Amino acid sequence: MLHKLTAHELHKKLMNKEVSAVELCKNVFERIGVVEEKVKAYLSLTEEPALSMANEVDEKIKAGNDISHLSGIPTAIKDNMCTKGVKTTCASKILENFIPSYSSTAVKRLFNEDIVMLGKTNMDEFAMGSSTENSAFWITSNPWNLKTVPGGSSGGSAAAVAADEAVFALGSDTGGSIRQPASLCGVVGMKPTYGLVPRYGLIAFASSLDQIGPITKDVTDCALILNAICGKDLMDSTSLDTEIPDYTRALTADIKGLKIGVPKEFMGEGIDAKVKKLVNDALKIFEKMGAVIEEVSLPHVDAALSAYYLIAPAEASSNLARFDGVRYGHRTKQKVENMVDMYSKTRAEGFGDEVKRRIMLGTYALSAGYYEAYYNQAQKVRTLIVDDFNRVFEKYDVLVSPTSPTVAFKVGEKFENPLKMYMSDICTIPANLAGIPGISIPCGLADGLPVGLQIMGKTLDEMTVLRTAYAFEQEFGFKEKPAL
Amino acid sequence: MAISKKEVEHVALLARLSLSEDEKEKFAKQLSQILEHAGKIAEFDTKDIKPTSHVLPIKNVFRKDEEKPSLSKEDVLLNAPAKEEGMFRIPKII
Repeated sequence: MLHKLTAHELHKKLMNKEVSAVELCKNVFERIGVVEEKVKAYLSLTEEPALSMANEVDEKIKAGNDISHLSGIPTAIKDNMCTKGVKTTCASKILENFIPSYSSTAVKRLFNEDIVMLGKTNMDEFAMGSSTENSAFWITSNPWNLKTVPGGSSGGSAAAVAADEAVFALGSDTGGSIRQPASLCGVVGMKPTYGLVPRYGLIAFASSLDQIGPITKDVTDCALILNAICGKDLMDSTSLDTEIPDYTRALTADIKGLKIGVPKEFMGEGIDAKVKKLVNDALKIFEKMGAVIEEVSLPHVDAALSAYYLIAPAEASSNLARFDGVRYGHRTKQKVENMVDMYSKTRAEGFGDEVKRRIMLGTYALSAGYYEAYYNQAQKVRTLIVDDFNRVFEKYDVLVSPTSPTVAFKVGEKFENPLKMYMSDICTIPANLAGIPGISIPCGLADGLPVGLQIMGKTLDEMTVLRTAYAFEQEFGFKEKPAL
Repeated sequence: MAISKKEVEHVALLARLSLSEDEKEKFAKQLSQILEHAGKIAEFDTKDIKPTSHVLPIKNVFRKDEEKPSLSKEDVLLNAPAKEEGMFRIPKII
């Protein structure tokens, strides 16, 4: 039953020599052997190197060396983060056989803490999607109900943690890709402030929005992982040069006097009534714990979805230009007339429909004659949204809302209608546009499926977000697990 | 805002994507739907509002131009779909 435990619980057992890292690693692989057939969270598993990493941790413990809080902890990594010598596909045919010659900074920092990497998790191709159905390889099922999606794009990472196939995972979040799957799978997922976790080695989707973060079984683990991965990196000029606090100091469960704003735009028509009820129940718990709750308004946030689906595809169309069949990745086997023909056939074969849609959308928004009306106007609307958040954060410490407008939806339900799929992100996108931190934590079940509570905070105020989340978690005590 | 099949062809050329006739029809319809929704941003008054390309006050970063170890040639060519004599091989262009 080791696979059910959190990183901080397992750390104690490793330190007390109740269990070895190799035993732990084997136990999680046994669990994977039992449930992975149903969940399909992983694109690749790296059992052999995992066991040798675990063995090294055991040697350190035996020698009486100090080990870190994450040493020996079985971890899953989203397949858009480069891992040296281990295939990194972005769930795309165009990178089907890509083996990076370096590791991303976030992964390297976890390796420095001696984590044990189990494998790479499934996702929507190039992180574009909200259901993991856009993977070029296979779909991942939600462990709570195999007929429903795990959310996306970090659906494999969230499903792996929910199914106890990993103790924690890394995901990436451009418009909700950590928080929404965490919500749909009943686990904790956090998108830190933009720039807090370096993006070096994260295969870029939308560079001004992308952020790496943890998916965990509880808030304590979330804080521990932030401690390991945050901080300036010379390889990413957009990473923030700021002092990193010890995030576990936020875990006090004291929120007396905390000022919580509830944006009315996040509790409107588009939100399922059962989701709203559980969020309102959560607000009562906060109130009981001494927080002050008030309704607030972010008047421009209704435009966030529209602005996002111009800005993110525009950046993607530029970022994905590098996939040209020359330096890495797939190249067409068809006969080609010239270089443009080679690029066009290569990219047509290598990219899936959603990626093509977004590349074209972005190219259109940036093209002569449309730039002003679409891309530039979207960036101005982004300013209005940033200003909305700045205004409410003058009076409130955190904002609370649902993470997703619905619980997990059925496989195939939104697949044919891209616009309907995009609506899955209405509650999460604003935080990406504003660059602020946001966490999703479970706040109950509706029809047997998890509902997530989103807590957003001020720029670089992860401490208050974690404190609020931890307080709720301690009081509410979500203990349900999917029956797999 | 509706986007025509011809516009899809133009955008696909700019984006270096070869599309089948069926795909052009499908994408024209889907992109029109998405742009109609995205077009809502036009309703907001943005006079005198500066665009945000980035939430951080980003400045260009310079470093000293010094020699230091980089990836080996083998590593750089590791994933090349075609290579020859330590170089990337591409279709004939002249």
